[in-house]
Amino acid sequence: MTRRQRLAALVAGIVSSGAAFGQIAVTGATVHTAAGEPLENAVVVIEDGKISQVGPAGEIEIPDGFRTMSAAVVTPGLIDARSTIGLSGYLNQEHDQDQIEESAPIQPELRAIDAYNPREALVEWVRGYGVTTVHTGHAPRSLVSGQTAVVKTHGLTMEEAVVKPLAMIAATVGDGARERGNKAPGTRAKMAAMLRAELIKAREYLDGRSAEDEDERPDRDLRLEALGEVFEGNVPLLVTAQRTQDILTVLRIRDEFDIPVVLDGVAEAYDVLDQIRDSGVSVIVHPTMMRAQGETENLSFETAARLRDAGIPVALQGGYEPYVPKSRLVLFEAGVAAAHGLGFDDALRSITISAARVLGVDDRIGSIEVGKDGDIALYDGDPFEYSTHCVAVIIQGEVVSEELR
Amino acid sequence: MLRSLLLGALLVTAAGAQETPQAFVGASLYPIAGPPIENGTLVIHDGKIVSVGPAPAVQIPADAVQHDVSGSVLLPGFVDTHSHAGSVEGGDGSGPMHPDARALDSINVRDARIQKAQAGGITTANIMPGSGHLLSGQTLYVKHRDSKVIDDLLIRRPDGSLAYGIKMANGTNSRKDPPFPGSRAKSAAIVRERFLEAAEYRDKVARAAGDADELPPRDLGLETLGEILAGERVVHFHTHRHDDILTVLRLADEFGFKVVLQHVSDGWAVADEIAASAHVLGASLILIDSPGGKLEAKDNQLASGAILEQAGVVTGFHTDDPITDSRLFNRMAALAVRAGMSREGALYGLTMAGARMLGLEDRVGSLEVGKDADLVVLSGDPLSVYAQVLQTWVDGVKVFDRADPQDRLYAEGGFGASHDQGHLLHGIARGEHE
Repeated sequence: MTRRQRLAALVAGIVSSGAAFGQIAVTGATVHTAAGEPLENAVVVIEDGKISQVGPAGEIEIPDGFRTMSAAVVTPGLIDARSTIGLSGYLNQEHDQDQIEESAPIQPELRAIDAYNPREALVEWVRGYGVTTVHTGHAPRSLVSGQTAVVKTHGLTMEEAVVKPLAMIAATVGDGARERGNKAPGTRAKMAAMLRAELIKAREYLDGRSAEDEDERPDRDLRLEALGEVFEGNVPLLVTAQRTQDILTVLRIRDEFDIPVVLDGVAEAYDVLDQIRDSGVSVIVHPTMMRAQGETENLSFETAARLRDAGIPVALQGGYEPYVPKSRLVLFEAGVAAAHGLGFDDALRSITISAARVLGVDDRIGSIEVGKDGDIALYDGDPFEYSTHCVAVIIQGEVVSEELR
Repeated sequence: MLRSLLLGALLVTAAGAQETPQAFVGASLYPIAGPPIENGTLVIHDGKIVSVGPAPAVQIPADAVQHDVSGSVLLPGFVDTHSHAGSVEGGDGSGPMHPDARALDSINVRDARIQKAQAGGITTANIMPGSGHLLSGQTLYVKHRDSKVIDDLLIRRPDGSLAYGIKMANGTNSRKDPPFPGSRAKSAAIVRERFLEAAEYRDKVARAAGDADELPPRDLGLETLGEILAGERVVHFHTHRHDDILTVLRLADEFGFKVVLQHVSDGWAVADEIAASAHVLGASLILIDSPGGKLEAKDNQLASGAILEQAGVVTGFHTDDPITDSRLFNRMAALAVRAGMSREGALYGLTMAGARMLGLEDRVGSLEVGKDADLVVLSGDPLSVYAQVLQTWVDGVKVFDRADPQDRLYAEGGFGASHDQGHLLHGIARGEHE
């Protein structure tokens, strides 16, 4: 329950917090659970913000006092696996652009949680289309741009919205990371060299900090500490790489340092499918409708499908946009991927359960299963069809949007 | 398509059309000029539509090549009123108005984005220079034929002159350091001064009545502005904010020029004013996935299509390629339907509305006898995300065929899909693409 809701509840004289919020039953003519075959005429019951029952309408008893809603199609709340919204704002003016800081090429210490604006209009915008969770944070476009976080698209403060305050550390290898003039890195080889040097420093720092003799330990260093998280294995390096040579550079560095890596973008992945599959890394594919220019000139509408065919699980993203549109809708990107070889089921998984797994939050979200968060999207038809509407969105049992979108 | 590319290169005729009649049978026809026809037949010959109607009502010529397109949907080729394909350029930074600068002289016809437009079913486009000037130059109306040189793309008007318009802009894009205007009022003032100058130039020429001694020195820019004043050239006005749109209407009133409103992000807010203007040929929308990205587009909304349609404005769409992808042009219309525009209005917006805004309504935009054989064959509902463009025909020539591997590359993307066609032509020379 948000602060505003608590206040509202107090004003309304509601003492028991559980009774007022998070108690809802949603009936879908079709329920896509992302955890098995679709269910026809099924009910999802959310109790205290968590999914408590899922099953055929005839077999589910909706508890008394629960709000009921229904729609033609019900899906898990959608997950945008890579975005910058909340750091990047829709006005695109200096004051609402915090997704990149250009004073240095390597800044893993920049925390997404110190920049995320949960009241940004784009957050509400994507939510209206069914997106309930966003992996947002620092943008591509510098060698190591900063941290990312996983947030719900609800809550008035970062603290209320956040699911995972440090999700990944965002890096870029390729034209996007190239600095202008005589600043480094100015070439691909320099990018790899600088990244490797920094990782070596971070490993040495970690070793140094664990020295038994306190006097031997190096002073705290936020930058190396953040990169050190990667070596601990909990925080993947999220590397944007579009060209084949850049993708292979990422895999090479991963092998050298034995660190968790998530590949982002991968416009030319179709030429290195075996290498990606064999590496076992997760992939967050560029927005399907991303512009084919510069290092993404060879992108394909079919890349997500090709990855899937190669046995590589894919998540899709809204990505980062410097201009118009300021944010893409991952729902639309998945729709075009669905129509270009990925198919409905895998497209839906790419923005629900597969995305949750890549982000390491599949224990909480990403599918309609008992015990998971009550994050649900309701549509009046095939969610991917251009003219279908999102009719309601529920986050942790709370109806956060009922506007036809 | 390579084969037709070669054919086009060999024929080098204006039409390039096949001399044998071609009959398309079994499709749902969307003539736009009338309701859809289930199981319709369309016959084209010499680059023109010669008959269209329900199968039983259409006589297929005995020598016609038949194309069984059962289960698909056949529409007139799409008309994109605003594209930057071909890396088009207009004026430079030396000043805010360049009516003498021609898109004709700047377009790279081998740009793969022209192939991608074919893959999106776009057969006619208005290729325009950008919006960083009050007047960035002359645009060029083109047919997306397979081409080697710019001449292959041109559209000629009945009097033999080239079909093109003029690109103007207001709002923030054209506001910058001198010699550009620094405010909206200054923008309008500069435009008004130049048009007054053009009117004087025009009057001097008229008074000279052909007397060489009396004629003012020839001025290419003022000549072009004179064509606008005479209503012979349409102004394509980049405009977003509600007050900027009204400024366009005010200028059009003062100088009597015909105008197409391009982008019109706030069109929904001033729909009645747009509808009431006698000078507006139409409003061409760009609908984007989220509002913003620039201040002028912060109130851009999908409902603009419905609101302008209901106000009675001729409402169409454009790709603004590369801002949106020409291969997904139908998506723009479908998003308008999502927000309340009628299906009929949205399909009209992809075809006839654009034709009217380019003054080409007698030639393109609908399946009617006598019109150019510009066609798009889709796998299903043209407003569905799942619909694929199967074939595109321009002037009776197939320019895109999804069954052709090279065309499929343009349609889906992949390695080389954005490379200039020259790359491809070299391949042909080496015999690599037979």
